Amino acid sequence: MIDCFVGADNTITPLGFSTEELADQIKADRIAIRPYPGGALSPKRGAFSLIDFGGLWESLRDFSDFPLLEHRPENYTRLEMLHILSISKVLKQSAVNIRSPKTLIIMATTKGNIDLLEKGRYPHIGQERLYLWKLAETVQLFFGAPNKPLVVSNACISGLLAILIGSRLIKAGIYDHIIITGGDLVTEFVVSGFQSFKSLSPDPCKPFDAEREGLSLGEGCSTLVLSRDHSLVGIPEKIVIAGGASSNDANHLSGPSRTGEGLYLAIRKTLTEAGLGPDDLDYISAHGTATAYSDEMEAQALSRAGLEAVPVNSFKGYLGHTLGAAGGLESALLLYSLKNNFLFKSAGFNRPGTTQKINIIADHKVQDLKVCLKTASGFGGSNGALLFMKH
Amino acid sequence: MESVLRSIYRRYGIHYPKFYKMDNLSKLGFLSAEILFQGTDVLKGYPEEGIGIVLGNASSSLETDRKHQESIGDRNDYFASPSVFVYTLANIMIGEMAIRHKMKGENALFISEQFAPALIFQVVSELFQNERVDCCLTGWIECCDQRFESFLCLVERADRIKRLKKPGEWFIFDLSNLEQCFFERKY
Repeated sequence: MIDCFVGADNTITPLGFSTEELADQIKADRIAIRPYPGGALSPKRGAFSLIDFGGLWESLRDFSDFPLLEHRPENYTRLEMLHILSISKVLKQSAVNIRSPKTLIIMATTKGNIDLLEKGRYPHIGQERLYLWKLAETVQLFFGAPNKPLVVSNACISGLLAILIGSRLIKAGIYDHIIITGGDLVTEFVVSGFQSFKSLSPDPCKPFDAEREGLSLGEGCSTLVLSRDHSLVGIPEKIVIAGGASSNDANHLSGPSRTGEGLYLAIRKTLTEAGLGPDDLDYISAHGTATAYSDEMEAQALSRAGLEAVPVNSFKGYLGHTLGAAGGLESALLLYSLKNNFLFKSAGFNRPGTTQKINIIADHKVQDLKVCLKTASGFGGSNGALLFMKH
Repeated sequence: MESVLRSIYRRYGIHYPKFYKMDNLSKLGFLSAEILFQGTDVLKGYPEEGIGIVLGNASSSLETDRKHQESIGDRNDYFASPSVFVYTLANIMIGEMAIRHKMKGENALFISEQFAPALIFQVVSELFQNERVDCCLTGWIECCDQRFESFLCLVERADRIKRLKKPGEWFIFDLSNLEQCFFERKY
């Protein structure tokens, strides 16, 4: 039986270019979501978590290891730059060979290079890069990877689903190593869309809180190594993916089922696969978008699964909802928690705001952790759950 | 493109008012599943949570993406519509199929330049080998700017099919047959 070991990871967010930096910022109670007075992204005021790409480029000039500096930067989109940086950083930590035919890149994104639709933004880049497979191919060719990347585009569960499918391919012996990279941008395209749904909070979002007013959009990119061979993954800890499942509510396109049936199903299947019960879980990194319905549904699902006492948080109060990047970014933070036996406070939470009471982490704290669950839900009725466990 | 899809809808005598709200990609996916299942009740033999959907696609929702981007083109006349925006995700067509046929199991959408039979075969086989699904709808749905391709099949366990169907009404789900079906239109 093949195990799927989790390895080195990287996160790029407004709070830093590594998961260590991100964790330090979060411990200092910094949030990436900032007020936006109105401008190119949106005529209305709001709150977004935005990467300073100008600043990123400037600071990369000192990072002589960043390979893009030799290539022509104007030939790459912002998102491609993020993926290249993120993957480069992971390759420095892990011994997995990205050029091996036994290695697969899996990319998760909802909208990819959608900012290519903006006239004049990328004068040197063709519209062909709007195709998600072309975005992935651009990253693949940069690193000289032999296999066409697998591109997962499944709304907000893309990141989690990418890791889940990656783990299954490893356990099935189809690939030895998988490099999972997920990213999405905040663009006028996406902002205007969520505004039309009236689901954006005017202020930084408050997952699970009684006063929550909607989600905050954020951008970011993450990379994670999976391998059947722990000696190559780049971290000393032995952490495996012990199970996972996806499901569909089969109920509504843009809102979750009232009973959280789909998410409950995914959680139940995950625990069954791992041979565990609700009492075995130490921590849950929830989806927690801070919309009225989504948080309510998630609390329902957790409660139905018998998980109302398990410490749970949402990272979206720090990073916003990063769409295709969410599963990867939040899993990296879950892994930080697991490795360091540390639970992060759920930012934006003051008072319980869901009918089913769940155990929201109110303060940063040290706690022994062995088994942790990641959940996600997305448009199209999709849901996912993923279980990480110390070996 | 739309008139082609509408005429298919009428030709098969389908009645599903929500069809008219869908974008072309979702219409194509919906119609394909509808035609596949019409006149059979094969899905009723399976628990809803055991029915999976794994699809491939090339252009995602690019056609609808451009429509949405156009609607926000004029700062002075900003009109983003939720009914357009909801279709700016390719996996929404999976949602439409799931709602219509009550398919609650494993689901995934992959993007590739062309139909990738090896990938579909690897992922779907794994779902069966590890008993994650009882049956799985899989294939390729692509629709963008007048170009459309649609290939769907329902994968079920051999022992069950052999009991219920005559030889010739089914074929083994393997890579070679998948390739033949799609590339040579042989089935």
